[in-house]
Amino acid sequence: MRKSMVIMQRELGAYFFSPIAYVVLALFLGLSGYLFSSFVFTAGGEASLRNLLDGWAMPIMLLFFLSLLGMRLLSEEFRMGTVETLLTAPVTEAEVVFGKFLGAGAFYLIMLATTLVFGLFISLYGRLDPLLLLCHYLALIMLGALYISVGLFFSAWTKNQLVAGLLSMVFLLLFSVLAQLVADSLEGWLKAVFQHLSIVTHYSEMIRGRLGFNHVVYFLTTTAFFLFATVKVLESRRWR
Amino acid sequence: MISVKNLTKRYGALLAVDDISFDVGEGQIVGFLGPNGAGKSTTIRILTCYHPATSGQASIAGYDVFTQSVDVRRQIGYLPESAPLYPEMRVREYLQFRGKLHGMDRAQRDKAIQRVTDRCWLGEFVDRPIGQLSKGMRQRVGLADAMLHNPKVLILDEPTIGLDPTQIQEQRKLIRELGQSHTILFSSHTLGEVEKVCSHVLVIASGRILARGAPEKLRDSVSAGSRLIAEMRGPAEDIRRGVSSLGGVRKVGVESQDGWTRLSIEANEGSDVREPLFQLSSSKGWPLRELRREVASLEDFFVKITAEQRAAAGKG
Repeated sequence: MRKSMVIMQRELGAYFFSPIAYVVLALFLGLSGYLFSSFVFTAGGEASLRNLLDGWAMPIMLLFFLSLLGMRLLSEEFRMGTVETLLTAPVTEAEVVFGKFLGAGAFYLIMLATTLVFGLFISLYGRLDPLLLLCHYLALIMLGALYISVGLFFSAWTKNQLVAGLLSMVFLLLFSVLAQLVADSLEGWLKAVFQHLSIVTHYSEMIRGRLGFNHVVYFLTTTAFFLFATVKVLESRRWR
Repeated sequence: MISVKNLTKRYGALLAVDDISFDVGEGQIVGFLGPNGAGKSTTIRILTCYHPATSGQASIAGYDVFTQSVDVRRQIGYLPESAPLYPEMRVREYLQFRGKLHGMDRAQRDKAIQRVTDRCWLGEFVDRPIGQLSKGMRQRVGLADAMLHNPKVLILDEPTIGLDPTQIQEQRKLIRELGQSHTILFSSHTLGEVEKVCSHVLVIASGRILARGAPEKLRDSVSAGSRLIAEMRGPAEDIRRGVSSLGGVRKVGVESQDGWTRLSIEANEGSDVREPLFQLSSSKGWPLRELRREVASLEDFFVKITAEQRAAAGKG
């Protein structure tokens, strides 16, 4: 765990030298600011961030941004050859993967922290429900953790970060948008299956304040699964 | 300190390392010599726990590279070929990061960084971003990193590749100095380099160890196959016959140009025909304008030992 923190620090530091990270941060601020000012910060509007976070806009936006952040995590190590010095240091693959996950996660938290200012604005004009706000941020953090773990997983496959990023976006689109669309067109138990698969279903439920045990479990298990799979991919690369 | 037994590595159908065994004693500097694609880097990657072997065993300081990989990695300092580094980090920052990965505390790290940057002449560069450093400087940063945790064993893959001649000399000097306190295995494809630095040489080609021993011994076996080049003026046919009749001469090649005859003479092992040749030229009155020994290059050496190996395999 201490080794993971060391790697996390390095990754977070590397983001501040990455032009992609700055572009992502700027676009995220711009777009979410625009959404906030036009859908939430209106006279007589609801005093919560629900209108900013609910619906498709936020999960899709984050899907692209977090794929862009996650794609470099391991593929850059492969491309530069630094994976060789990293994996011949006394650290395990699991420590490396978890450290990288935390590094991207820390950058994401910085991104999210900038949106706290929206909450501040609302509380100047209305009464913000602190529990709902907490629930919103919990949903955002869990969604982001899943997205990052998927991006990390694909970046373990290739030394080309663009390929890793595109695979991650396509995969996440399938599991959020397409699963939802398929679910909408179906009836009965099949509908339930696809709805359960869809990332957005679970996210939206949490945004609406229904912090169900099943949603939390969904995010925790899928994230853990992708982290575990990443460790296995990294281990298997040694055999080739 | 390093012990390798019947190590084999296959990449699919390609046999990269073919049943090699060797030992490196404590305090030795061993050169791993071979042409590109010989299996040097593969063997090194197995020893550093980066790749597992297909079969066979290897251990460092008593720890098995496969089952006690983390223990092995604590004992070794490794400089991979081309010294990969993170370009956005500063030298000190990078060494701090590597020190933390080795579990060193702040005081240990500061001390170790001071020590390795002094050793590798990085003093004035510690606060520069790695991306701005020259290839030679980066090799030094890689070496400093390998030495940081003061490992018992240093494994250096082509530590002088891509350096300019002055840097190569400095790097060799440094490796020799480090040999006083570390066991070193380093790979190279130049015989001259290995000769200057090592106490022991392993020659590897197409995945097999073809020769091993002290560098002087290898040098002798190379020069045994050397040729004499001579140029004399006189009747070509007479010269050829005269030289062929000298004791110890095995084969003579003749080439005539502008009245001069150029001879390339292969002598039997252990016989030096330079003096008889001079006597021949002076007694016959054939002027001699060149006489030199052509020492076989490393390529010739490889050609020779691989040919011998193939011949032996053919007989067996």
